[in-house]
Amino acid sequence: MLDAKGLDGRSLVRRRAGLRLWLSALWLGMLCLAALLAPWVAPHDPLSQDLFLGRLPPFWVAGAEPGYWLGTDSLGRDVLSRLLYGARVALLVAVLAGSITCLIGATLGLLAGFLRGWVDMVISRLIDIWMAFPPVLFSILLIAVLGPSLTSIIIAIVVIDWTRFARVVRAEAMVQGTMDYVASARVAGRGRIGTMLREILPNVLPTIVVLLTLEMGIAVIVEAILSFVNLSIATDDPTWGGMISEGRISIHQAWWVLVFPLIALFLTVLAFSQLGEGLKDRFDPVLR
Amino acid sequence: MAFLRIILLRVLTTLVTLAGVAVIVFFVIRVVPGNPIAMMLPPGATEDDIARLSALYGLDKPMVTQFGIWLAGVMQGDFGTSITTRQPVLGLVLGRLPATLELSIMALVMAVILGGSAALIGTRGRGTRTEGAIDVANGMALSVPDFLWGLVLMLVFGVLLPVFHISGRVTPSLDLPFTTGFYLFESLIRLRFDLWADLVAHMFMPALALAIPLAAIIGQLLKQSLKETMNLDYVTLARTKGYGETHVILREALRNAALPTLTLVGVQFTFLIGGTVIIERLFSYEGLGNMAIDAVINRDLPLIQGIVILFAVIFTAVNLIVDLLYAVLNPRLRHA
Repeated sequence: MLDAKGLDGRSLVRRRAGLRLWLSALWLGMLCLAALLAPWVAPHDPLSQDLFLGRLPPFWVAGAEPGYWLGTDSLGRDVLSRLLYGARVALLVAVLAGSITCLIGATLGLLAGFLRGWVDMVISRLIDIWMAFPPVLFSILLIAVLGPSLTSIIIAIVVIDWTRFARVVRAEAMVQGTMDYVASARVAGRGRIGTMLREILPNVLPTIVVLLTLEMGIAVIVEAILSFVNLSIATDDPTWGGMISEGRISIHQAWWVLVFPLIALFLTVLAFSQLGEGLKDRFDPVLR
Repeated sequence: MAFLRIILLRVLTTLVTLAGVAVIVFFVIRVVPGNPIAMMLPPGATEDDIARLSALYGLDKPMVTQFGIWLAGVMQGDFGTSITTRQPVLGLVLGRLPATLELSIMALVMAVILGGSAALIGTRGRGTRTEGAIDVANGMALSVPDFLWGLVLMLVFGVLLPVFHISGRVTPSLDLPFTTGFYLFESLIRLRFDLWADLVAHMFMPALALAIPLAAIIGQLLKQSLKETMNLDYVTLARTKGYGETHVILREALRNAALPTLTLVGVQFTFLIGGTVIIERLFSYEGLGNMAIDAVINRDLPLIQGIVILFAVIFTAVNLIVDLLYAVLNPRLRHA
């Protein structure tokens, strides 16, 4: 199959994948900058209300007020500033919730897949039970139990999403466990835990990194969904989900309150998942 | 015999899973802060009133006893009484179930049609720009979750080109002659196409939002297995007989390529049903999910329990049905 056409096609695919990877990284980089520099670059205080400046349209629409580039919401708060501050919450949740979920889920998956036996039985049964819960409802329930705060959101994401890592890593560790190199490591005198960490883990790592990237995108969405049902952090603090929730109410009077946070959320989720897909194409022979 | 044993084992593990869900839900929601009884009573109620009402709902007993009473009730089909509406939970939940089922099934049908046609068109035009375009669209549809698609659709078809309704299940001013909760189905049977059109105009956007990610998965997987099947000998044979490409794909390859997709659709369908919770909230659709969020906000413990258990029953039932269907359809498993 290695005719000229096939080669061309493949390099085209690779080039497109590379572009996708760079665009995603570019957007996420910009987002990190926005989150870090929010207090300096935001044109207004994201919390300051001014009812005389309520529902101002974005700059290119008639009736816009200079200085309020993306308009204001019904309480007169600046949409651009709230968007920039909202990026902080989104990224914080993505990084913290993503990495803790990854650590716990991957560990359990590795143990179940490599040690097998009763450990595997207990963890697999837990995964089955977890999969029978509707995840959105489960997270809302957990926030009701824990009380709305940033910590609760992170805990809820970890508690619900560990199965995503555990399932895939378990299957992968099981496959790796049957390979010759594992047997030879055991023969050479490595202990079970040593084999797991030194031999299996490095081979499963690319899969874990890809899943982690995808999980970060999921975490951003979960935060937005929870703010949407008013269960995220304190309602005053700007979050994209909270902005969407307000925008949904005034959708017919002020579309921009909904559109801008929606675009930000859309691009961020897309960037995380394309980054994951791009990394998968590059490094991971298994998921590909 | 072996076939029967597999089925029996599968039913048994399903029961264990459901029992696990029941235990977890029961104890997790009892840790919820905020006394539901205090929220029911008018301000100025005495400690005595609260104690009496707690006793009425059995909330004064130790947790393990409460669990025993609740489980015994569930075994007899009694899921307790909703604290906010003071009606039996089972009736409330079953009253909302048809709305959610209709929405989920409509979404599933949309996903199969969209994903199926994407796969067929992509296979027909494999190696061309058409396939490339379908891959890009699939990738987009797959990475963005239903919640965001719902918002995008709402802006496009609710505000920019207002062709569909953005909230509710049916226009409230309409007179509904229905005796069951399955409005969409019943309106067809009663030949009330005016009502049917109104229902579809309300359900179109939430159903499509739920369908898009699943359609992408179906499209991707079906296309992949179709492409593999297209290289098999029997397909080549059909081609040499002089059948056209479209005929070969539809009549020869599709039947064999569909099996792996079917298993996946089952698991993904449970994700879709889980997605109804937030999509119903977004579109103010009066289904189970919307009721569940209200129940959490009102701390209506018996109702939350009932809804979560029902969702778990639906999830495990779908998985069970798909497994059994797979066993029946797959000759290698049937004769094992």
